[in-house]
Amino acid sequence: MRETIIEARALEKFYGEPGDNPIQVIAPTDISVYAGEILAVLGPSGSGKSTLLRMLTGLSMPSAGEVRWHGKPVAGQSPNVSIVFQSFALFPWLTVLENVEAPLKARGIAEIPRRKRSLKILETVGLDGFEAAYPKELSGGMKQRVGFARALVVEPEVLFMDEPFSALDVLTAENLRTETLELWANKSIPTRAIYLVTHNIEEAVLLADRIVVLGKNPGRIRTDFQVGLPQPRDRKSAGFLQLVDYIYKVLTQPDAAPQIAPETEKAARGKYPMLPHARPGGISGMLEILTDRGGHDDIYHLADDLSFEIDDVLPIVEAASMLGFVNVSEGDVGLTTAGRQYVEADIAERKELFGKAVLERVTLIRQIKRALESKSNHTLPDEFFHDTLDEHFSEEETVQQLQTAINWGRYAGLFDYDSASRKFYIAEEKTETVRG
Amino acid sequence: MSLIPPGLSRQFSLTRTWPLIQDVLVFATVLAVFYGILTIAHYWLGQAVPVTEISRSPWSLPRYAFYSLVRMGIAYFLSLLFAVTYGRIAAYNKTLQPFMVAVLDILQSIPVLSFLPGVMLAMVSLFPSKQVGVELGSIILIFTGQVWNMAFSFYSSLKSIPRELSEASTIYRFGKWQRFFQLELPYGAIGLIWNSIVSVAGGWFFLMACEMFVLGKRDFRLPGLGSYLQTAAGNGDTYAMIWGLVAMVGVILLIDQLIWRPAIAWSNKFKFEQVESTHAPTSPLLHLLRNSRALNAFREKTVEPLGERINLYFARRRPDHPRSATTPAWLKSLGALLAILAIAGVGYEVFRAFALLRGVTGMEFKGLMKGAGATFLRVNVSLLLASAWTIPAGVAIGFNPKLARIMQPVTQIAASVPATALFPVLLLGIVQLGGGLGVGSVVLMLLGTQWYILFNVIAGASAIPSDLREVANLFHFSRADRWRIVILPGIFPYLVTGLVTASGGAWNASIVAEYFHFKDAVMSTVGLGAQISAATDAGRFDTLLMATIVMATLVVCTNRLVWRPLYRLAETKYRLES
Repeated sequence: MRETIIEARALEKFYGEPGDNPIQVIAPTDISVYAGEILAVLGPSGSGKSTLLRMLTGLSMPSAGEVRWHGKPVAGQSPNVSIVFQSFALFPWLTVLENVEAPLKARGIAEIPRRKRSLKILETVGLDGFEAAYPKELSGGMKQRVGFARALVVEPEVLFMDEPFSALDVLTAENLRTETLELWANKSIPTRAIYLVTHNIEEAVLLADRIVVLGKNPGRIRTDFQVGLPQPRDRKSAGFLQLVDYIYKVLTQPDAAPQIAPETEKAARGKYPMLPHARPGGISGMLEILTDRGGHDDIYHLADDLSFEIDDVLPIVEAASMLGFVNVSEGDVGLTTAGRQYVEADIAERKELFGKAVLERVTLIRQIKRALESKSNHTLPDEFFHDTLDEHFSEEETVQQLQTAINWGRYAGLFDYDSASRKFYIAEEKTETVRG
Repeated sequence: MSLIPPGLSRQFSLTRTWPLIQDVLVFATVLAVFYGILTIAHYWLGQAVPVTEISRSPWSLPRYAFYSLVRMGIAYFLSLLFAVTYGRIAAYNKTLQPFMVAVLDILQSIPVLSFLPGVMLAMVSLFPSKQVGVELGSIILIFTGQVWNMAFSFYSSLKSIPRELSEASTIYRFGKWQRFFQLELPYGAIGLIWNSIVSVAGGWFFLMACEMFVLGKRDFRLPGLGSYLQTAAGNGDTYAMIWGLVAMVGVILLIDQLIWRPAIAWSNKFKFEQVESTHAPTSPLLHLLRNSRALNAFREKTVEPLGERINLYFARRRPDHPRSATTPAWLKSLGALLAILAIAGVGYEVFRAFALLRGVTGMEFKGLMKGAGATFLRVNVSLLLASAWTIPAGVAIGFNPKLARIMQPVTQIAASVPATALFPVLLLGIVQLGGGLGVGSVVLMLLGTQWYILFNVIAGASAIPSDLREVANLFHFSRADRWRIVILPGIFPYLVTGLVTASGGAWNASIVAEYFHFKDAVMSTVGLGAQISAATDAGRFDTLLMATIVMATLVVCTNRLVWRPLYRLAETKYRLES
C-alpha cells in the first residue's frame, strides 16, 4: 500500500448563499494523492479542476467534506506546498533572484542561506546568469522556469501545477515538460508528489502515473486510472494512442450533456440543459470538415489535425450533437441526415435550418422566443432571463449562457439584442425588408 | 554579450566622472533639510502673532515659498498615510467595504473650502497661544482636499490585484508585512503617484485660499506664497504680484522636475506588464540618485539591513498556522461596542446640526436657492466655454504628434499654476475693464477647470487608432461626418472624465471666485459660493452649514444623475478595445 499524502473525502463546493438555491460547482468527490506519483487531473472548462486544486492546497475552503494531509485536517495547518501558475504569477517589480527568494523570506530564513539556496535552485532549472533580470525581460519559457524555481526552492512535499504549460508555445512547452520529467525522474528535487491540472490530453498521458478525468455540471470524477506505459513515452506508440482515444471517449460520452426530451422538462427541473459555448460559424466549419472526411471521424483525429485542445473542440461537438447535426458514440462523430442537409444548404437556408433545430432542441432559446412573442412590444430586458438562469448556474456561467443564446438566436434570425439597453427584442420590420 | 547599447555606455561614463559632484549634492541637500527643520520648529512653536504682517518685498519670497512648501509636504505625507490605510481597510474588510466606498464617493464631492471656518476655530482653540494651531488648520484643509482620490486609487488597485498573484503570496506564506511591501504597495504605486500629482495640484489651489482669510472678527494670516499674492493684489502692487507669480511657477516647475518626473520614471518598474515597453519615461535626477555612491552605500548599510531585520522579526514571530487564527470573542464585542458608539456619535452630531439649521430663516433659504441656481448656471456656462475651445484644440494637438511634443510642456506649465493664485491678478484686470464679478467669476472658473478637459481630450484624440482615421480619409467623410462618426465617439470616454473633474473643480472654485476682498472692500455677486464665503466672513455658522449642504447635494446629484450614466455609456458603447 502506497503512502497517502492528501486525502479528500466527500469534497463539495457551492457558490451562492446556503439555503438560497446554491449552485453546485463540485459534486461530492473523493480524491487522494499518493507519495511517489505524478497525478494528472484532466477536464474540460467548467469541471472545477482549478477549484479542486485550491481546496486541496488549503487556498479555499470546501463547502462540505474534508481535506486531510497525513491524516490531519488541512484547516489549521499550512502544508508545505507550492503552485506553478498558468500565468506564472511572478512579481514584475522583483528581479528573478528576489522572486525566488520571496518564499524563503516569508519563512524567516536569513539572508546568506536564503541566497545560497535560491542560486542553487536557479542553477538547477537552468537560469544561472539571469539572477538580476526582471521577469518582463524574459521569454515565456524562461518566466515559467522562474515559476518552477520559486516553487521548488521551498522543497515542497507536493508540487501543484495549474496548467503550467498552456500559456507557452508548442516547442517551449514540450521542452519544459521533458525537463520537469527529468528533474522528477533523477530525484533532483525532494518533492514527493506532483499534482498536474491540465486540459491537454496528450500532456496528461505523457507525464502522469495516474490520470483523473473530471466531468462538468457539476464537476465530478468520471474515471481514475493508472498509466502503465514505461517512461520515456512515445507519442506514436499504440499504447499511447489507445489511452488518448480512451480519454476522448470518456469525455464525449452522452451523460456529459444530458439530453432532455420536451415532455420531461418539468420533471427534470433543477438540471437545466446547458448551452455549450460554441459559435454557429465554428459548428458549420466542423460539419464541413466532417463532410470532407466522408461524414465520419474520430474526435481525437479531428482535434489533432486542427491542433485544437479539448476546450476548443468539445463545445463544438456537443453543440452540433445537441442540434441533431451529428451523432457521437465511443469518441467518434458522424453526420446525421439533418447535418448533411445543413452542409449542402446555402447561407439563407442554413440560417433557417439552424433556427428550426434550435427552437426544437434548445430550451433557453425557445423560452426567450416565446417570452418575446407573448409581449405586445416584443421586447424584454435581459434581467428577466438572468433570474431564471441564476437558479441553475453561477453568475459567470449565466452571463455566458445568455451570450451564447444571443449568438445563436441572432444567427438564426430569431431575435436580436441591444447591448446598450440590455434588452432582447424581435425586429419584425427587419425580417420583412430582408424577405422583400 | 559584447554589444553595449548606446545608453549603457553613457551610463558607464557617468558613473566614472560624477561621483564627487553627486556626493556633494547629496550632502548639501541633507544639510539644507536639517536647517529647514530647525527654522520651521522655531517658527511653529513661537507665540501666535495677532496679525502677521505679510511683507511685499520680493526678498521675503524664498522664505514664504519655503513655508508654503512645508505645509504642502506635511499635508501630502498625511494624505499618503491615510490613503494607504483607508484603502487597505476598505479593500479587505467585507463588512466595512460598502460603507467606506460610499463615504469616499460623497467626500470627494463636498466643497472643502466650506470646512475652513470650523477646522480653523477648532485648531486655534486647541493651541490657543501657538502659531501651530492655525498652521495645523491649513494643513488639515489641504489634506481634506487631496486625500480622497488617492485613497480611492489605492483601494481600486488592491481590488484589481490579479488572483494568481495574490494566491502566490498566500501559498508562499507571505506575512502582512511582506505582502504589503512586495505585492500591495508596488501594485498600487503607479496609481498612487499619478493621483498624488493631481492631488498636490489641487492642494496648491486650496493653499492659496486658506493662507489668508477673515473669520468673523478674526483675521488669520499665514506667511506663504498665497498670502503674499493676496496682499499684493489687495494693495494693487503689480510689481509684487509679478514676483509672486514667478516664484509660484518656479516652485511648481521645480517640484515637477525634482519629484514627479523621477517618481514617474521610478514607478515604471512597477508597471504590471509581461513585456518591456519601448517608451519608458526617464529622469536625469533619478539617474543621478541611482548612481550616487554615497546614497547607495547609505541604503546598503541602513535601509536594507533594517528592512531585513523587520521582515525576519515578523516572519519568525508569526505562528506557523496562520489560517487557524480566528478573532477572539472580546475583540469582536469591542468592535461592536465601537461601532455602536460611532453610530451614536454621528447621530448626536446630525441632531445638533439640524438644531443649528433652525436658525436659517425661510427668506435666507430662498436666497440660498437663488444663489444655487446662479452658481449652477455659471458652472455649466464655464464648462461649455471650456469645451468650446478645448475640444478642437485638444483634437488638433492629439492628432499631430509633433505639435503635441511642443504643446504638452507648455500646457502643463499653464495648467500647473493654481487658479486661486491667478484670481487676484485677473480680478484687477476685470475691474479695470469695468466688468463685475458676475461675469468675472465665470472667467475665474474657466481658468481653473479648462485644463482638465484639454488634457483628457488630447489623450483621447491620440488614442484613436489611425486605422479609423484612415477609413474616414478613404471614404472622403465630410468634416461633419468625421466629427460625428470618428472623433466625438472616439474621445467620448476621455471627455466625460475631463468634464467630471472640471465640474467638481468649478463648484469648488465658485467659493473663491464669487466673493473677493479687494483694497479693504468686498466684491461679490449672487451665488452659492459667495454666500458660503460671506457666511464665513460673518461667522454665520447656520447659513454656512445650510449652504454647504445645498452645494454638496447639488454636486452629488449631478454626479449620480448626469455623470454616472454617461460614464457607463462611455465604458460600454464607446470603449475602443485594443
